[in-house]
Parts: sequence; structure tokens; C-alpha cells
Amino acid sequence: MADTGEGKKEEADYKRLHSFPLIRHTDMPEEMRVEAMELCVTACEKYSTNNESAAKMIKEMMDKKFGSSWHVVIGEGFGFEITHEVKNLLYMFFGGSLAVCVWKCS
Amino acid sequence: ERGYRPISYVDQMAIHLSLNGNMILKDSDEGRRQSIKLSTALSFLSSEKAPLETSAVTSGEAEIKEEESTGDTQTEGSRTAEVTEAAEAEEAEEAEEPPRLRVKEKKLANQFNFIERASRTLNNPMRDRACQSEPTPCESFSATANPWEIYDAYVEELQKMERSKAKEKPKAQIAKREEEKKGRKLNSLESQSDDRTKISKTAKIMERVVNQNIFDDIAQDFKYFEDASDEYRDQKGTLLPLWKFQHDKTERLAVTAISWNPKYEDLFAVGHGSYDFMKQGQGMLLLYTLKNPSFPEYVFSSESGVMCLDFHNDHPYLMAVGFYDGNVAIYNLKKATSQPSYKSSAKSGKHTEPVWQVKWQKDDMENNLNFFSVSSDGRIVSWTLVKNELVHTDVIKLSVEGTTMKGPEGLQLQTLGCGTSFDFHKKIDYLFLVGTEEGKIYKCSKCYSSQFLDVFEAHHMAVDSVSWNPYHLKVFISCSSDWTVKIWDHTVKTPMFVYDLNSAVGDVAWAPYSSTVFAAVTTNGKAHVFDLSINKYEALCTQLVVAKKKNKITHIQFNPVYPIVIIGDEQGHVTSLKLSPNLRKMPK
Repeated sequence: MADTGEGKKEEADYKRLHSFPLIRHTDMPEEMRVEAMELCVTACEKYSTNNESAAKMIKEMMDKKFGSSWHVVIGEGFGFEITHEVKNLLYMFFGGSLAVCVWKCS
Repeated sequence: ERGYRPISYVDQMAIHLSLNGNMILKDSDEGRRQSIKLSTALSFLSSEKAPLETSAVTSGEAEIKEEESTGDTQTEGSRTAEVTEAAEAEEAEEAEEPPRLRVKEKKLANQFNFIERASRTLNNPMRDRACQSEPTPCESFSATANPWEIYDAYVEELQKMERSKAKEKPKAQIAKREEEKKGRKLNSLESQSDDRTKISKTAKIMERVVNQNIFDDIAQDFKYFEDASDEYRDQKGTLLPLWKFQHDKTERLAVTAISWNPKYEDLFAVGHGSYDFMKQGQGMLLLYTLKNPSFPEYVFSSESGVMCLDFHNDHPYLMAVGFYDGNVAIYNLKKATSQPSYKSSAKSGKHTEPVWQVKWQKDDMENNLNFFSVSSDGRIVSWTLVKNELVHTDVIKLSVEGTTMKGPEGLQLQTLGCGTSFDFHKKIDYLFLVGTEEGKIYKCSKCYSSQFLDVFEAHHMAVDSVSWNPYHLKVFISCSSDWTVKIWDHTVKTPMFVYDLNSAVGDVAWAPYSSTVFAAVTTNGKAHVFDLSINKYEALCTQLVVAKKKNKITHIQFNPVYPIVIIGDEQGHVTSLKLSPNLRKMPK
């Protein structure tokens, strides 16, 4: 019992600890990267229950700011192989379990 | 004539009857005018003013007649204008209807009074142009997003952060964290770095590959060629010339020192300066590698000529250098600057005469790097690198016995001999030999600073080089400008072997692979290789190495690993030669 209690506590702990946005791979320039990351965090927090709306928000904002056409995938379990324009890719983790991949390709 | 008559040429059209008609188109100029006139004439008829009517009618008739008689519309138009004006004047006293007609007449006149004009501007010629922009560069990327991947990434990140927190002070923490985040992205950021730095490594490899292509046969000789004719040569050997190293900036500077790097067997350093007292210029320090014979890897320049250099055994990127103006310096190859890392100066006790040789020693008790230098000012100085500064300690002053002079106030002044070379014993740490300009060789110990252990009356002229035998602990060799090379046992006052080489000997070196092989170079451009186990009196190989007669050879060094020697000459060239098998016999 103590073990499971501790296990749950650990889980909650790591969720708390691991919820900061962690960029896994990117080749964006500095300002673009920072903006995109902020945008992703905002969207995911706002639509924490609905990945689709979060993705929609991110995609529309990116299109407006950096030109068409952007693609956004948010999820917890997926694999992908994409072709992206150079210097327009961001792949990051957030919230301990969410993975966000944003890339531009016309 | 009631038959058919053939006519030779028949017009397409044959006119049978022609009548000139007097029909006018209703809508044309005259037609409209006539109809208006007729209507006005009719209105006049209906009114009560008889004379006007008649006059109007007559005028109308006159008009019509006039209209009919002419055929030209234009002239008609003008005449009808005049006529209509006259008619208007007559009709001026009329009631409402005529004014309306007059207005119509006026309008009509303006309407019909136009000339059609057309023209065409020049059209610029057209040309088709097509272009396609470059497609935006695209790259592929693939990854998997799984809960465990995410977890792992976070754990790793946290660990990194903890580690950095443990290492850095609190102020630097924030900066370090940002740096780490950037560090993670280094692999992707590298693509953003300057194109030139990306290419530099590949360019270097390409340069070496191209050089290998150019000097391919030499490289093959270096690796594989063994002179088969050595068997027939009755113990004598040859030196096969391989690469020749030269650099434009060192064209006139003599090679004053060469040394192989202890770690990288293909890297060697060449010091350039001038032996001529009158012609002192700047000095250069170049490092070449055998892999790239056409350009030095590192180039350092200095204000005064480089006279000697030495690599540190444990830190192969540190080089100690002695200059003609008496300074010593330490160059650090790892740093990208072309200036020495540490340099002595007049106030830190530099020599007053050229420094002829420097040698690294083992780190002293406080783990500070130190090296020795010998110079013509008669001092042997130990330099220690203490807290980024060179501190000097006079180890020995080479006092010449029996030559004390009386100074101005009754002081006894010791004249100092001029040291020209020295060598430390390989095993016995404190024991070393110093050769001087007077031709004496002193055996000294680091512990005794005023007295020598022994003196050898070695040569008649300056001793250019002394060297302990790497295997035989008692034997050393010395060479001098008095044309001789002498081999000694340090316990015996007289030399064991004396070789007269017919020309001033610039340098002598033991071979690293055998205790009985050594090589000497003379100022007449020849290199001599001896093997004492085979022939005690004659050289196994005497070969002219440098082509031009005016060129003197200054230094020779054996490569510790490969069977090659490098020889430096006065023109600033370094030639590498391969020893033939006869010269390379290992002792049994």
C-alpha cells in the first residue's frame, strides 16, 4: 500500500516536474523558435482537453505570423516521418505527456 | 447576224442600262434636312402669315433646289448651314414651333459636322519571358512520440540540469541552463553556423587528399620502397629523398631548429631564423605534417629569429622556443593565436645573447612546467611557468677557468664562456652536458651551481651539438665546426672515436632504433650516416643532400617511428629522406 501510494506520489511528482516545455529537435532561428514554443504552450494550456482545437489555434497563428502553410500534430503516442522546409521545424514535449510537432511545408 | 458572235474578252460586268436617280437616303444629311424643310414649309403653310409663308416656301423650295443641284455633301453642308441661318433669321419672328426646329437644325448641323479620323499608335513588340523560382529547401524528419520517450527526455533533461546546478555557482546557473538548452540543439544549430567553418574541416581533408595524389609516388616510396640494391652495396646504404618542405615566407631564413612531435609522428616543427650576426630579421616557427607537404599546418612569426625549439613530452601541444634576442617563449598549439602564450622579457631575466638550445624538464615539485635554456651569455637558466608567468633561475654560470680579470675597483670578474648546446641524460636526471664556443664540454649537475663535475677538452672550435646515446648510458657524441665528430665515454677524458668529415659539422643525431647508428650533416651539403657496429671508421652513407653549393645544411633529426630523417638547410627548406635498409639495421 505504501508502495502504491509512493508510486502515485512519484507519478504526480514527475508530472509536475516534467511539465515544462522541452524542445526535442528544432532547426528554427532563435526568435521564431521562442515564439513558436510560447504559442504551443499557450494553445496546449488553453485547450488542454481538446488536441484538435489546440492544433488549429497553433496552425492558424503560425500561418498568420510566418506564412503558409504550417502543419501541426499534437498527441501522446504517434510516430511520424515528414518533409519540412529547412529552418521551419519544431518538435517539443509539454505537460509531461504531450508531444507537439510543428512544421512548414507548402 | 442572228447568230452568236464570239467576243474575245468579256467584262465581268456589262452595263445594259444606267439611269441617274435623285433618291436621297432618308437618314442621311440631305435627307434629314429636306424632311425638316418640308415640315417647316408645311408649318408655314398652316400659319396665317402669308407673305412669310410664301417667302418661306420659296426659300424652302430654293433650298431644296439648291440641295438637289449639288452632289457634294460637304459643300452642301456648309451652304445649307448658310441657308439655314438665313432661314433662321426669317423664322426668328415665328411662334414656338420654329424655335424647336431651329434647335433641331442646330443640333443636326453639329452632329453631321464631323470628320472621321483614325490613327494607330506604334505597338511595342512583345516578348515572352518565363522564370521559375527555386523550390524552397526541404528536409525530412522523423521521430516517434511515445509516453516513454517523453518521460526519458524529461528525466535526462532534469539530470542535466541537476548536474549543471551542482557544478556552477548560483549566478552562472541561469546562464548555464540556457546554454544547455542551446547545447541540446547544437546538432541542429550547427547547420546554422558559418559556412566557412563547416567547410574548413572538409577542406583540410581535401587538401591532404590532393597532396597525396600529387606526391603519390613519394608517398609510396615512403611507405614501401626498400632499396634492393643495398645487398650489393657491401654494407653501404643510401638516403632516398622524399618530400621537400618549403614556405614562401621562410625563403631566406635558415632552418635553425627542427624537432619531431612526440605524440604525432608525422608532425614536426621547424624554426627559422638567421645565423648571420649582421643580417638579423624576423623569425618564423612552422609546423609541418608529412601528410601535407605543400603547406605548413601552423605558422607563427616572431620579431627575432628562432634559434631552438623543443616539444614537451607529456604535453605535445606545448613548445619551448629560444630566440636570437635572448628571449624564450612557450607556444601553445591548442590555442588559435599566433602569439606565444608566455614570453620572457628583459625584466624577467632573458638572456643577453642568443639562446642556442632549450629543453623541457619534468614538472617540478609544484607541478609547474619548466625548461632549461643555454645561451652565449654563459648562463644556463631554468625557466618555470608559475601562475602564467615565466620565472627564471640561473642554474649554472659557465665560468671559464683561469680567466679572472681585474675589474675597475679591484673586483675579480669572471668571464663567462658561451654555451652553444646542451643535452640532458636520459636516465640520470640531474646530469647534463654543455658544449661551449671555446670547444669545451662541461659535465654538470643540476645540484651544483658553481662547479662542474667534469670538463672535456673536446674541440678546437665551437661545439655545435652534444647528444647522449639513447641506449648506451655512458656514451655521448659531439660535433663541432672544426670538422670533427667525436664519440666519448663520459668517464674517460679522451674521445673513443674521432671522425673527420672534411667540412664543418652542423649537427649530429643518434638514431632512435639503434645504439650504434648516428647521422651527421656538414656545411658542404652532405649527410653522413655511420653505423659503428658495421664499420667503425667510415660512414656507411655519404650523400649530397642539398643541390646548390651555396646551401649549407644546418640540422638533422631522426623520426622516432618511421625510417626517415629530416634535414634543414640555410635556404629555409626541409628535405625528408628515407634511410635504406643497410642503414637501418637493428642491433641483435
